[in-house]
Amino acid sequence: MQKLKTLFDRVWDAHVVLEREGEPTLLYIDLHLVHEVTSPQAFEGLRLAHRKVRRPDLTFATVDHNIPTTSDERFHIKDQIAAQQITALRRNCESAGIPLFDVGSGRQGIVHVIGPELGLTQPGTTVVCGDSHTSTHGAFGALAFGIGTSEVEHVLATQCVAQTKPRTMRISVSGTLPEGTCAKDLILDIIRQVGTDGGTGHVIEYAGEAVRALTMEERMTLCNMSIECGARAGMVAPDETTFAYLKGRPYAPRGPAWDQALERWRSLPGDEGARFDRQLSVDGARLEPVVTWGTNPGMSAPVTARIPKPDDGRSASERAAIRAALEYMGLQAGTRIEDIALDRVFIGSCTNGRLEDLRVAAKVIRGHKIHSDVTVLVVPGSEAVKQAAEREGLDRIFREAGAEWREPGCSMCLGMNPDILAPRQRCASTSNRNFEGRQGREGRTHLVSPAVAAASAVAGHFVDVRGWHYKDS
Amino acid sequence: MQPFRRHRGVVAPLHRENIDTDQIIPKQHLKRIERTGFGAHLFSDWRYHPDGTPRPDFVLNQEHGRTASILVAGKNFGCGSSREHAAWALSDFGFRAVIAPSYADIFRNNAGNNGLLVIEAPETVVQRIADHAHHKRPYELTIDLEAMTIADEFGLVASFKVEPFRRHRLLHGLDEIGMTLMHEAAIASFEKRRETA
Repeated sequence: MQKLKTLFDRVWDAHVVLEREGEPTLLYIDLHLVHEVTSPQAFEGLRLAHRKVRRPDLTFATVDHNIPTTSDERFHIKDQIAAQQITALRRNCESAGIPLFDVGSGRQGIVHVIGPELGLTQPGTTVVCGDSHTSTHGAFGALAFGIGTSEVEHVLATQCVAQTKPRTMRISVSGTLPEGTCAKDLILDIIRQVGTDGGTGHVIEYAGEAVRALTMEERMTLCNMSIECGARAGMVAPDETTFAYLKGRPYAPRGPAWDQALERWRSLPGDEGARFDRQLSVDGARLEPVVTWGTNPGMSAPVTARIPKPDDGRSASERAAIRAALEYMGLQAGTRIEDIALDRVFIGSCTNGRLEDLRVAAKVIRGHKIHSDVTVLVVPGSEAVKQAAEREGLDRIFREAGAEWREPGCSMCLGMNPDILAPRQRCASTSNRNFEGRQGREGRTHLVSPAVAAASAVAGHFVDVRGWHYKDS
Repeated sequence: MQPFRRHRGVVAPLHRENIDTDQIIPKQHLKRIERTGFGAHLFSDWRYHPDGTPRPDFVLNQEHGRTASILVAGKNFGCGSSREHAAWALSDFGFRAVIAPSYADIFRNNAGNNGLLVIEAPETVVQRIADHAHHKRPYELTIDLEAMTIADEFGLVASFKVEPFRRHRLLHGLDEIGMTLMHEAAIASFEKRRETA
């Protein structure tokens, strides 16, 4: 009898170039996405070694991390060092023949937003990028993971990565996610359960009826944060939702090639009974809106809960970590999360900067005014998302409420551009990391869903969005 | 890549869990286009006051921390962002090895690609090394990658494991790209097979 295979096994096996005893496997890469921050040293390395880019046709670049999000500055960057990285990327792409989706092209955006929306990310493919949130693309049933710059150089030169085969974990989510919760709450809840390193060395496949019911954009949010529990990648088996999303996208197959692709893609889901190294079951019906209170994405609680006490930690090191996190975050144990006041709200990023995210946030904000103590930045994930949102009038809803509507980029998710928190400012953010200093030195980041971010922007403090008063028209 | 065979050096203790790459090299220092010059910014938010003056309580600003070449840290070291700048900053500062109970996957690969040895040691050994490093300054360790042992002058001898291919590459300072390019024929035939499939 043939060995039963998981989705991961199928994708992995189809990309093995070379297996060597005691060595990592050489794995072929179908799609290599490149951005300005993690690539300059890789291109420089190639030049020094007189090596060429092997497959510029499988390599695509954009600018996202550094790019300012105001309409004038994005074309005239004031930060000369940031400008230098962007200039280097333009030069490197031109000399290697790599397509670059540059500012103003209509296709620029956060690398993990544009890959899917252009139809570059396809089921059963291998995708890498010098960015840990490459796991996003696993939503399509691709094997997608982040790599360092030396590996970027390796892929540019050889179109392969050398990888030790990861272990597998299946997370099955049963039930229907309750109204007012979404994929962001689900992944934050999963990270809290698995721990920040519980997924290390594993590829996670998300399954179960709650995952099947998610839209593609929600599946991307789910897979995006797989890295935050240490996993190499997250995957969702492709289905009709996946195919409907891809059909007609600029780089998706067309005509007879589409039909052939569909046949291939339909054979990708894992065999019934295929073995995973680990399994976890999550009851999706019991999910609540989640807010992080600490300095890693595993430190979270339901929005209705209170800030934990250091004594709640199960070990000495956990108690020390809670104490340090509360001190950094300027929080008192026992405070109700809904009583925590905010200075800033950020809606955007590769986690939650897509059209559906903006629609959800706009629906909450519509007809309300942003609280006078709060500054809100709404940053679409790509030029295409921005155009689509403006066609629907979402920009007007945000602006009329008092939020700033910006140009696409990574923005405040990591603050490598002018969008940063001032010291001790408190921010509800739809991004993916609440590490110390992530959004600006001494900045205090709380990760939340777009709905909670929007409602909290109006209230001036965290809000349980399940009881929200929608002003629909 | 600089080979790693045997190294004796001063240990700096930074015994916290989940030290992420945003802490190792904060984002404001990622804008260089070279692989060098990151050492000055290693752990910069912990190491310097906002005005740029050193914080005397941070280990790398203390007498023996400045010359340290072995870092001892808590579990899940190097989690978060894939930025290889973290490995570059550690190497550029002068670190040759890190000792911790566990590492994030991408950081482990990045370290290996820069001749930085990451040693996975049980929590008890890490604790003992961290305690010594706090109390016996300067505290030195000898790391022997050929024998896969760490030892001090106070009776500590511990063995560790490194995957054979990583050990081989570190011992000889081998460039992974060069090694892969020796398999050009296999890559070309894979591409050909796929085009005709």
